[in-house]
Amino acid sequence: MSELSIQNLSMRFDLPNGSSVQALKDVSLDLKSGELMSVLGPSGCGKTTLLNIVAGFLAPTEGRIVLNGHEVKGPAAERGMVFQQGALFEWMSVRDNVGFGPTMKGMARAEKRQVVDHLLDVTGLGAFKEKAVYELSGGMQQRVALARCLANDPDVILMDEPLGALDALTREKMQGLVLKLWKETGKTIILITHSVEEALLLGERLVVMAPRPGRVHREYRLPFADIGVDQDLREVKKLAEFGDRREEILSMIWDMEEEIMGRTEGAGA
Amino acid sequence: MIPFLIYVAIFLLSFAVVRGGLRRYFTRRDFTSLKTVTFGDESAVRPDRAASVISVLTIFLLWGAFTGSKWVPVHAPGPFLGDTSFTYTAEAADGSRDDAVVHARVFRLGETVEAPVVAPGAGFAKDDVVTVAAWRSALIRADANDTLTRKDGARVVAIDGQPIAPGGAVITDAGRVAMTPKGTLNYAPPKGMQMEPIWLPPPEAVVSRVGEIAREGYQNFTLWQHLGWSLYRVVAGFLLGALVGIPLGYAMGLSDWFRGWFDPIVEFMRPVPPLALIPLVIIWAGIGESGKIILLFLAALWIMTIAARAGVSGVRISKVHAAYSLGASKWQVLRYVIVPNSLPEIFTGARVAMGVCWGTVVAAELVAAEKGAGMMIMVASRFQLTDIVIMGIILIGIIGYGIDILMRMGEKWLVPWKGKG
Ligand SMILES: Nc1ncnc2c1ncn2[C@@H]1O[C@H](COP(=O)(O)OP(=O)(O)O)[C@@H](O)[C@H]1O
Ligand SMILES: [Mg+2]
Repeated sequence: MSELSIQNLSMRFDLPNGSSVQALKDVSLDLKSGELMSVLGPSGCGKTTLLNIVAGFLAPTEGRIVLNGHEVKGPAAERGMVFQQGALFEWMSVRDNVGFGPTMKGMARAEKRQVVDHLLDVTGLGAFKEKAVYELSGGMQQRVALARCLANDPDVILMDEPLGALDALTREKMQGLVLKLWKETGKTIILITHSVEEALLLGERLVVMAPRPGRVHREYRLPFADIGVDQDLREVKKLAEFGDRREEILSMIWDMEEEIMGRTEGAGA
Repeated sequence: MIPFLIYVAIFLLSFAVVRGGLRRYFTRRDFTSLKTVTFGDESAVRPDRAASVISVLTIFLLWGAFTGSKWVPVHAPGPFLGDTSFTYTAEAADGSRDDAVVHARVFRLGETVEAPVVAPGAGFAKDDVVTVAAWRSALIRADANDTLTRKDGARVVAIDGQPIAPGGAVITDAGRVAMTPKGTLNYAPPKGMQMEPIWLPPPEAVVSRVGEIAREGYQNFTLWQHLGWSLYRVVAGFLLGALVGIPLGYAMGLSDWFRGWFDPIVEFMRPVPPLALIPLVIIWAGIGESGKIILLFLAALWIMTIAARAGVSGVRISKVHAAYSLGASKWQVLRYVIVPNSLPEIFTGARVAMGVCWGTVVAAELVAAEKGAGMMIMVASRFQLTDIVIMGIILIGIIGYGIDILMRMGEKWLVPWKGKG
């Protein structure tokens, strides 16, 4: 099974003007197979950079990513990616989008059809199979993105604020879907989010990152994802423990944001 | 000046009538009509179709009215036609004066006319006769038939009672009479306000010319052959340009080396207008087909290259990342992501390129060609066949417009996702 190991990752961006940004410093994380880890942090703390390195789009200045004993050198089908929005292929129908990975692999037509149909039904897109993706609402488009990723049967799924562009109601529904798909497929998932509630609801593990340089600030093990699998997520949110955790993490991030503000104001003065 | 003022007047008047009066009874009821803020909201500005119809009609009306067209009920005053006369006063060397009449017969150009017959009259100055075509003028040696001529010291001193001297001119009811330095009269009948056919023929002349040339051809080729050859050159040049330009643009969008190698060439050639290449292409390839197609190839090439390059750089990086994460190879990313994503840009480029090529082919044919729309109007203009020139310009405009409409339809059909990413 899949073991994902992020080892001593550092990333420094050298800017054209000679200065440089330390986006990540010495980040180490190990994910067991089937684990869902959510990542929180103020913006600019290196979450996207971390995910891009794991996906293989960026090479780290130091450290390495090891998946199933092999070092990650570039993007590959074993690590699927779900973007916030705009990563669907609008020249293809919903069916062709979802079938993209199998097509690339050269999967036989009948088999591909079966895989795609199954995933479209699971994600509630059964009625939209032949539609153009730009005819769908934002929530439906993210369902397509999830289905497209799953159709490729990756070992690890990387999600960069996949629900960030959705309205609150759609978002709640989609959180339920993500949780359901995670349980059914047993995939290893890294989920980046801006929403503390989402991170708490979906993550078995939660990593809070701190900025400048981007690093792991705190780690939690959470029970809510397991509770939420067969419960209404709204009920989970009402749990006293959930509320406590939310307050704790919110104020933690709040403090970090304050500190950033203070620092930039100090620099500006 | 007067046609322009009439045009402005029709513009204002029809605005007042349509918007102030009639519109009240034909109000559109849709979403946009309920918008209260329309000034500054571009999407609320929709062409007023009544204005478009009136606009086109006005142009034809003015054209017809100022060319004496049979198709138009009202006309600007035309040139004077028929018989008229003016009197000249001659003064002999001894100071005695005598009046005589110049009888003028003004005819339509192209018609044959007989000079009026008149009695010479009494006195030493004798009556004269002149025929002159409308819009033209005629020299009259008024003293030639007089008893006392120029050689005897006689000279013309007044026209219709108005004094005149060599080099001067007077306006009479019969038209303008000028005197050359040597004392000869130059008579021009009133021109009216209509255009001479040689400058602007009436619409029916243009239409009948279309029929005539479509049937009989012009300069060894039928009308359809002229237009067909121009179109063939455009399509051939454009296709060659696209065939080379699109892959080149992709290569420039995908490879450092290609970008570096071709950037200076493309950036230099882009601002060079294709028309400036005509002389060089003629030197190199002559005025035959190959020269024209090379020229159009060059006109289309840079546009298509830049469009394809822009199409590649316009692809959202998350789409490319997604494709790689789904296991696509470089070729598959090109085939399934970059090419379809760049098609809208390429279509826009193709529309521009076709427009430029159409303009360039006409210009190139104006310079040198044996056949083609541009050659047709160029030759016609040498023979002052203005109706063919205008017919050619209208057909060139219609074809150019038609090409653009076809390209737009093709775009809608082939890249329905344009702007939907
Ligand atoms: N390509 C890049 N070039 C320069 N700086 C970058 C680049 N990408 C990210 N950064 C910087 O790295 C830091 C982390 O960025 P990012 O990973 O996008 O943060 P997050 O996703 O947590 O908001 C930010 O300060 C950002 O400005
Ligand atoms: Mg980010």
